[in-house]
Amino acid sequence: MATRQSEVVERVGRNFNALTDWIDARFPMTKLIKEHATEYYASKNFNVWYGFGVLATVVLVMQIVTGIFLTMNYKPASADAFASVEYIMRDVEWGWLIRYLHSTGASAFFIVVYLHMFRGLLYGSYKKPRELVWLIGMVIYLCLMGEAFFGYLLPWGNMSYWGAQVIVSLFGAVPVIGEGIAEWLRGDFYISDITLNRFFAFHVIAVPLMLVLLVAVHIMALHEVGSNNPDGIEIKEHKDANGKPIDGVAFHPYHTSKDLVIILVFFIIFAAVVFFAPEMGGYFLEHANFEPANSLVTPEHIAPVWYFTPFYSILKAVPDKLLGVVLMGSSVMLPVFLPWLDRCRVKSIRYRSGVYKFALFAFAVSFIVLGYIGLQPPTPEYTLMARLFASVYFAFFLLMPFYTANEKTKPVPTRVTK
Amino acid sequence: MSSESRSKDSGLSRRHFLTGATAATAAVGAAAAAIPFVASFKPSARAQALGAPVEVDISSLEPGSLIKVEWRGRAIYVLNRSMTMIERLMGADYDLRDPDSADSEQPGFAVNLYRSLRPELLVVEGVCTHLGCAPVERFEVAPADLGPDWTGGFFCPCHGSMFDLSGRVFAGVPAPKNLPVPPYSFVNENTLLIGAEAGSA
Repeated sequence: MATRQSEVVERVGRNFNALTDWIDARFPMTKLIKEHATEYYASKNFNVWYGFGVLATVVLVMQIVTGIFLTMNYKPASADAFASVEYIMRDVEWGWLIRYLHSTGASAFFIVVYLHMFRGLLYGSYKKPRELVWLIGMVIYLCLMGEAFFGYLLPWGNMSYWGAQVIVSLFGAVPVIGEGIAEWLRGDFYISDITLNRFFAFHVIAVPLMLVLLVAVHIMALHEVGSNNPDGIEIKEHKDANGKPIDGVAFHPYHTSKDLVIILVFFIIFAAVVFFAPEMGGYFLEHANFEPANSLVTPEHIAPVWYFTPFYSILKAVPDKLLGVVLMGSSVMLPVFLPWLDRCRVKSIRYRSGVYKFALFAFAVSFIVLGYIGLQPPTPEYTLMARLFASVYFAFFLLMPFYTANEKTKPVPTRVTK
Repeated sequence: MSSESRSKDSGLSRRHFLTGATAATAAVGAAAAAIPFVASFKPSARAQALGAPVEVDISSLEPGSLIKVEWRGRAIYVLNRSMTMIERLMGADYDLRDPDSADSEQPGFAVNLYRSLRPELLVVEGVCTHLGCAPVERFEVAPADLGPDWTGGFFCPCHGSMFDLSGRVFAGVPAPKNLPVPPYSFVNENTLLIGAEAGSA
């Protein structure tokens, strides 16, 4: 009996190998798995900061899946949109869960991506040879902002409506052709049914396609140069007799098993939010959005969802329309130039100077404070604070070539530490 | 030898020329093919038709009161200014960014203190020139939140821009221009036509 069993197992194994061989002769399946998982070596000293890339991918997949299911019942027309979302929430079986997963997922996406980007700042992941990984990542971030903005109009609540009105009007700040551009984007003289329909197309087809493609390119570029690590040193410089980095371990199974724990913890927190605080007190789903869009009544206080407010504060703080738009745009775009603004050769914060540590701390504080101010109604005190912290935000980037030029760094180890 | 290399060279440059010409033709073709797609984003014929002028009956508009009319999806504020309001406008001593409406959008007839055809009747778009929010009418004098110098006007709740009773923007607020005045005319004593100037429609 035992021999019969082992025979069966052996035969199944042989057949499986034969199938693998058949595929490999026609498609580089085993080669891809080796290159990107079982023989992709990443540093063994990853800490929790290195989990946010994987989390971003997981959230992207969740957004795509829940999004597909939402489109089954959503109607992208101004007369039906608001009601169809209410229909999903009340009448569609489990519709409320699918929608809350999607709406909470949007905020979770930005939390994860901001932490993922901050990891890059901590350990110098944007520096040579990873400049392209960083740049592609920034393009992903811009697409994500677009995706979130287009998606926010779809429920056709009053905040959706006026949020879109404000953002599209930003293009009107461009001299001469601005109004024409805004009209072209809206396809109408105001945010209308036509605008809603095209934002739907962007949100469910155009931008997601680009996002998926860009994420693939981001990972390909990363796997070409290899992952950075908390020590900011290149593990490829110390290889064993087989040409494998001594300080690296295979992505699969070693990092994937670690990532599984991170994913699990993430979903525990995420589920708690979805079930107990999906609106997050008006920060994830704003109160004004529980009324249908009304082109004649602006909500008392317009603020974008929290993930845009750091930049929005900068816009609010500038007493000039064009300059405000330019500064807000620059504040979003400045991180693109980090690989060239930072002149220090040492990557990791562990071995960099107190000056850089202070600058990074001041930057993180300014980002959070600007985010908070962006959610508040405009008062002279807040405007003054926004101007102050916006200056800190810009100084972090624009003064970087100076304060990083001759940094007093600590000696960098040749092999990874803990 | 030399003639052979020359013929090789000329063959290569010929090939380069043909490649360049093909690429240029393809680029022109791609640009031409993009035109329909880009143009399909413009307001459609239906959207343009729905943007036609609207008539408003103003016979029952009391002095000091305001009505909001929709034109092209925008709120148009029609305010019948009372005598006290007009007096406050004439005695204005606050800082305005564009007091003479030199940089603002309005038909030629509205470049005056009242920014209107009839001194008492203000017709402006209820669209803040900052980012398109709807300014709120605040006609009371010196309310707590707007300060002791406030003599009535419009306040934008989004970013705190302030406009006076002629829709002129105050200095030191985010909005760059006065509230736009739409083209309008009077069909008769009591009927306002928003969207067309006299003689144009």
